[in-house]
Amino acid sequence: MRSIAYLACVLVVMALAFWAYRENYATQASMGEMSQVRREIAGLREELGVLRAEWAYLNRPERLRQLVDLNFERLQLVPVEAGQFIDLDHIDYPKPPPPPELELEPVNSEEQQP
Amino acid sequence: MIRTPLRPLARILRARDRGEDPDDIEAENRRRRHAEIQDRARRRAEGRLVLMASCFVLAFATVGVRMGALASSQPSEPQAQVLSGQIMSQRADITDRRGRVLATNLLTHSVYAHPHQMVDPVATAQGLARIFPDLDVERLTRDFTGDRKFMWIKRKISPEQMQAVHDLGEPGLLFGPREMRIYPNGDIASHILGGSGFGNEGVNSAEVIGVAGVEKAFDAWLRDPSNEGAPLALSVDLTLQQAMEDVLASGMNVMNAKGATGILMEVASGEILAMASLPDFDPNDRPRPLLKGDPSDSPLFNRAVQGQYELGSTFKIFPVAQALDLGLINPASGINAQAPMRIGKFLINDFHNYGRELSATDVIVKSSNVATVRIAQMIGVERQKDFLEKLGLFVPTSIEMVEAPTGQPLVPQRWPAVTAATVSFGHGLAASPLHLAAAYATIANGGKRVTPTLVHGRQRPEGEQVLSPRAAAMSVDMLRQVVTRGTARSADVPGYEVAGKTGTADKPRASGGYYKNKVIATFASTFPASNPKYVLIVALDEPTAAIGAGAESRTAGHTAVPVAAELIRRVGPLLGLEPVIDEKLPTIAARFEPRVEPGEAPEIKLVANQ
Repeated sequence: MRSIAYLACVLVVMALAFWAYRENYATQASMGEMSQVRREIAGLREELGVLRAEWAYLNRPERLRQLVDLNFERLQLVPVEAGQFIDLDHIDYPKPPPPPELELEPVNSEEQQP
Repeated sequence: MIRTPLRPLARILRARDRGEDPDDIEAENRRRRHAEIQDRARRRAEGRLVLMASCFVLAFATVGVRMGALASSQPSEPQAQVLSGQIMSQRADITDRRGRVLATNLLTHSVYAHPHQMVDPVATAQGLARIFPDLDVERLTRDFTGDRKFMWIKRKISPEQMQAVHDLGEPGLLFGPREMRIYPNGDIASHILGGSGFGNEGVNSAEVIGVAGVEKAFDAWLRDPSNEGAPLALSVDLTLQQAMEDVLASGMNVMNAKGATGILMEVASGEILAMASLPDFDPNDRPRPLLKGDPSDSPLFNRAVQGQYELGSTFKIFPVAQALDLGLINPASGINAQAPMRIGKFLINDFHNYGRELSATDVIVKSSNVATVRIAQMIGVERQKDFLEKLGLFVPTSIEMVEAPTGQPLVPQRWPAVTAATVSFGHGLAASPLHLAAAYATIANGGKRVTPTLVHGRQRPEGEQVLSPRAAAMSVDMLRQVVTRGTARSADVPGYEVAGKTGTADKPRASGGYYKNKVIATFASTFPASNPKYVLIVALDEPTAAIGAGAESRTAGHTAVPVAAELIRRVGPLLGLEPVIDEKLPTIAARFEPRVEPGEAPEIKLVANQ
């Protein structure tokens, strides 16, 4: 009886040792992976920073104005003026087309809109 | 195991035959057995002791070996923490109020040399001089062939230059990473941002530190890793700032002015939406400060914050507002405007003679010096000083820039009657345009004190009530009349109900006295007058406007006011202000229920550094 208990203990200890060994290596592997991911994040962040700086640089007002001036014929953009503001009540929307007589299929409501 | 019997029958029988006591045999056997048991127990105990001892020896040996290993190896930090720290070590970005980047970081490289590792120093020097034209071949050769061990060659290089240096194939040339601060918008908002430079430099990194403006004022905050890379959101709006600089630059050009400054401020919060001072500079390549001469000639000089100008007639509204508040006058009271007026040995005159009497409103509308002095005299010196102090005109503004304390207003030490008189119409007290903006914002804010700020969306305590809301409303109404029928008629931008006051002040000479033909023309305004939301200050330095037939004018009405009007025309729609139009448009009833598309939630959001 006793020897069985001893044997069981030894087996449990061996099993635990094996488990701990595996866990240890698994942890080290995940830590390595994590540091890899972290490095990747740092790299991507840096890249993102560069892209954002580039975006800001390309969208700097001076360049946008030059582009607007360059493409004036096509875009005809000028600064907004006070007279261009109006309330929704003052707009005369055209009448929507009469509803289809037959229930062919439900018409997309967006198409009725001016 | 064979157990020896205590009384073996054979021996007992034999002992009985010999007449011995058989009990002796039993005793003998018992003793033997006991001795045996004791032996066994001792052996076991010894075995245990040995086991225990070896366990201890093993444990101590392990600890000893580990300690030895720790003591002899190089210390290193745990990995997980080092990496996360590295990500956040950047300086935080600066954005405008809508999250558009004003300042960010970029990784570049620096190049340095280890001359003792060089293979061919002379060819290297020549190669470097080819890549960087500003380097001197002879000096490099001298440095490389001398006994220097280390030298910097360039602080910041572009990737192309780095490749070119790589191509030299010199092992003595090395690269170090450098974080560089860039301002993608060039010289927009340059005075607000200031600039940055390198602090402590090492081979592997360099500290980026702010040298001026917001960059320096918030240096510690921007470098604090506990903010987790959150950007600093300024109250400035990039679009408005650009519009302002644009309009001011063309205005400065048309009016032949030496400099121009503009401030657009939100009345309720004191947040500065745009603040420009021209000429300006590129913070990416900050010029060196002037070592001699007038600092205001340098583009680094921020006229809006650092300039100390006598702002002229724009000050007239302060004694009038105070007199209204104290109940000394009402907008219709008649004020004696008989010019010239004598105080001691000084004569105070008006631009035109306005006759015997002017109503209080007309004092502001026609900008009469004499009548303003009369009102100031009704108030008295002490109360006048007290009110100007409450408006914040005696101390530097609390704006978050390192330059703020240099904008200390020049306040006269003593206040004799003549000083009190001249201060009432804006001479003898020099303050920055930002002071004027804050003071006008206070009047526009129903008399509650407004302190300017550059940080967006910060909770701040409400200002002290320095003027009754009624007096403030009457003052704004007077200012509105200046625009509708007074000196600033060209500022009547349809839709925005501009209210404001012009001011033309002769520039003081450095040697004392005033220049005859050099003025500071200022227009201080608030709009819309029915519910003031914004304050706009425009000041031009030494402007001259041609007013047809070869004549020219320097008054603010012809110089600063048209520029301000153009500015309001531009920024009004950008601010999202609904224009007030007199024209009645027909209201058309909807013929059907318009279906309004719900605005899409922004899925892609630009956030800095996060």
